[in-house]
Amino acid sequence: MKYGVVVFPGSNCDDDMIFTLSDVMQQPAVKLWHKDTDLQNCDFIFLPGGFSYGDYLRCGAIARFSPIMESVVAHGKKGGYVMGICNGFQILVESGLLDGALLRNDNRKYVCKNVFLKTVTSKTALTHSLDSQKAYQIPMAHGEGRYYASADTLKKLHDNDQILFKYCDSEGKITENSNPNGSLENIAGICNQGRNVFGMMPHPERAAQEMFGNTDGRPFFEALIA
Amino acid sequence: MESLPTFETAKKLGLLAEEFEKIKEILGRSPNFTELSIFSVMWSEHCSYKNSIVWLKKLPKESPKMLAKAGEENAGLIDIGDGLACCFKIESHNHPSALEPYQGAATGVGGINRDIFTMGARPIAQLNSLRFGNLDLEKTKWHLRGVVKGIGDYGNAFGVPTVGGEVYFDDCYNTNPLVNAFSAGIVKVGKTASAIAYGVGNPVFIVGSATGKDGIHGATFASEDITEKSNEKLPAVQVGDPFQEKLLLEATLEVIESGHLIGIQDMGAAGIICSTSEMSAKGKAGMIIDLDKVPMRQTNMKPFEILLSESQERMLIVAKKGTEKKVQAIFDKWDLNCQQIGEVTDTQRLHFYMHGELVADVPADDLVLGGGAPVYHREYREPAYFQEFKKFSIDQIAEPTENELVSIAKFLLAQPIIASKAWIYEQYDSMVGTANTSTNQPSDAAIVNVKGTRKNLVITVDCNSRYVLADPEIGTQIAVSEAARNVVCSGGEAVAITNNLNFGNPYNPEVYWQFVGAIMGMKKACEKFGTPVTGGNVSFYNQNSNTTQAKTQVGVDNAIYPTPTIGMLGILEDWANKMTLDFKKEEDLIYQIGKFENCISSSEYLYAYKKVKKSPAPAFNLDYEHKVQETIKELIKLKIIESAHDCSEGGLFVTLAESAMHRGLGFDIQTVSGFRKDAFLFGEAQSRVVVSVKPDQKIAFENFLNSKTDFCYLGKVSKNDFVVDGKLFLNSQEAKTLYQNTLPKALD
Repeated sequence: MKYGVVVFPGSNCDDDMIFTLSDVMQQPAVKLWHKDTDLQNCDFIFLPGGFSYGDYLRCGAIARFSPIMESVVAHGKKGGYVMGICNGFQILVESGLLDGALLRNDNRKYVCKNVFLKTVTSKTALTHSLDSQKAYQIPMAHGEGRYYASADTLKKLHDNDQILFKYCDSEGKITENSNPNGSLENIAGICNQGRNVFGMMPHPERAAQEMFGNTDGRPFFEALIA
Repeated sequence: MESLPTFETAKKLGLLAEEFEKIKEILGRSPNFTELSIFSVMWSEHCSYKNSIVWLKKLPKESPKMLAKAGEENAGLIDIGDGLACCFKIESHNHPSALEPYQGAATGVGGINRDIFTMGARPIAQLNSLRFGNLDLEKTKWHLRGVVKGIGDYGNAFGVPTVGGEVYFDDCYNTNPLVNAFSAGIVKVGKTASAIAYGVGNPVFIVGSATGKDGIHGATFASEDITEKSNEKLPAVQVGDPFQEKLLLEATLEVIESGHLIGIQDMGAAGIICSTSEMSAKGKAGMIIDLDKVPMRQTNMKPFEILLSESQERMLIVAKKGTEKKVQAIFDKWDLNCQQIGEVTDTQRLHFYMHGELVADVPADDLVLGGGAPVYHREYREPAYFQEFKKFSIDQIAEPTENELVSIAKFLLAQPIIASKAWIYEQYDSMVGTANTSTNQPSDAAIVNVKGTRKNLVITVDCNSRYVLADPEIGTQIAVSEAARNVVCSGGEAVAITNNLNFGNPYNPEVYWQFVGAIMGMKKACEKFGTPVTGGNVSFYNQNSNTTQAKTQVGVDNAIYPTPTIGMLGILEDWANKMTLDFKKEEDLIYQIGKFENCISSSEYLYAYKKVKKSPAPAFNLDYEHKVQETIKELIKLKIIESAHDCSEGGLFVTLAESAMHRGLGFDIQTVSGFRKDAFLFGEAQSRVVVSVKPDQKIAFENFLNSKTDFCYLGKVSKNDFVVDGKLFLNSQEAKTLYQNTLPKALD
């Protein structure tokens, strides 16, 4: 599989994604420029974290209009793999590839810290090999990551088993205290109905190397490659 | 024709009578208003270092690792091996942050990063050193919330991790908070860019954001006391845009890599006039500049406003003639302005035109440091408080009872300067760049990996200004030593420093005495550790002249405590050899390396709990400190210790608590007879490190140390309780609660 990482102006986790995919996971990975429309035959498109276009309006609201996004949306609608992390998740929600919205954290602050995630559905390419009992320690870093969806949308997510991850405590319990941003039902990541588009707020690429003393993020990438 | 300004105008711009005369002499005529404004900013302390350079020159600046001399480029440059160099610097944004904390701090972060990437280095780590007033005051909370949000919003979007820092609180910073921002970047040796202009006919471009009326006379404003009227100077505070900075970073590194440039300089203090004059003076060239061509954010800007504007996210570049279109294409790619505004001449003068008229004609060299800018020897005098502080004796303080010791321990863990700073650092992205190895495994200094290698930068910022106040020379030696100790306790080798010299008004001889003492102390300590000063920043006038406010503090007038912050760079060749500060396992043995003293001077215990603010600097000896650090280095190399954490504010007890709390462990220790228990537990005598050792390494450890330096067995790592001489002080969870609640309670 060939991986593409989109670079928007203001993206700042693009290099981290490329490094994780190519240097850590030894996979072919290229950067895709926001002004282009060619996906360079990539099979799997990543939208990285950062502050695309400064995120001065609403996170991801401008990025969805960039030329590359037309191709990314078409790729996703055809069943091609697309994954957004953090700002990438916000862009996917803005572009309609994923449902719901990401609102300002309930404490109204940007928060960067380790959180724990529990897998909800195992029936996706991203989660099929993750341990559904384990609490994965993955860093988060965002000011607008409070997942919100209408009652109808939420029901749809449940009915179709589209919830990827929920915030939990170190024991794997999904509690109010382990919810770092006020997300609805502790939701940290979802997929689309076709199960080929993924979005999550926390950053598994920040926990994929031994030098960080935390490699809980590695299985997320191993799952994709397997 | 407008009439030429008089000395009255010059005075309002912050110039002295002798300086006004000198300007007339240089020009051979009276300056017009634009020219006078040019001299006033370029000769402000902020740009010219006129009141400090005589002493700064005494600092050690030599090392085989130094690739650029201090002051020669925008930031220091150190060879870190394998064809790589580290470019690093610290800079203050104190005055703007006092008035507009959010923008003041944000633009401070922007400014220091531009200093790094203008040299061709990609920033990989940021730190900051902050000082605020009394945390009980609403104004302090306003300062703190704004500064932290400003640093976070700017640094997070810019995409460089904030990996460390320090925060102190004291009444002396009530009006004058300090915001010192540090950045370090990596560049290949030989691939750096220089702030120079030469080659007649080479085009001069302004790139990045458009120029507006923000920050005019910012450099002059930073060179005076804060008064009740300072709020009227709000337009002197700039506004930051981290998105533009991120684009400017990428475009700048790309254009430097292209090889089309002669030179480049960021625009910080004093804007266009500073970059044009410094680059020209360095290349012994001149420039002819058409101010009409500068992209402007607003209409009707006057020549002096365009020249002095400190609008952020801009660079001045001189390209090779013939590459104009290629340079333009790079900035187009990043959707940034790139406008040719003039060209290089051989006149060594700067000619600025507007509407076809010559609006200023000044010699470049006379404007800059090392050229014609004035240099002053200021008068200094030992203040009376210095001897008064020395009269303190520990015997004046009754020895606390056992129960009081418990209260003191709890009090200290919750003190703002000691308590957890998570409320602050969790608002900073500490992990972007996937290179910070310290987030999950903390050390005394931050350890940041150099991408694609096993090599790491080991970085820390340090200064306890209370010690510097008590004794500027010793206190500054301690600041350098603590920085080195933090690097060493992390497994690194200290290589160089950058400094941020925050003081009061230099025209006050007692303030200047503090400054001179600090420089002499820094010199001595840097020589001892082999860490040259690669550059830095001087921030004077950190005092308020509010006449309505009674003098409430110790020290000199209403000046801040002298705060010469040290930013130290160390190298760790392999991240696998790093040392961390946390106890690892129950039953591990705890030792102190270094010796005990019956000393509580300048400790948080004495200052905040006993409320005795007048005492000398804590016990310290530079040679002994060096010896302790050499010992720690060897222990880490031999891999016979499990953790290392230096003793600082709060003394031994707080050090033990910090090492224990990280994993929710405890400790069970015995005090040593012959020392007062308050001094033993809470004293801040220097040159001490707490280490833990696996039981099976006991003999190897003790045998090694017997011939080396003083050490003392304290006790063992325990499951959960903090026990001293058999008495339970508190447990790890209780300690954590005290430690973690202070800032959220005050600020949420």
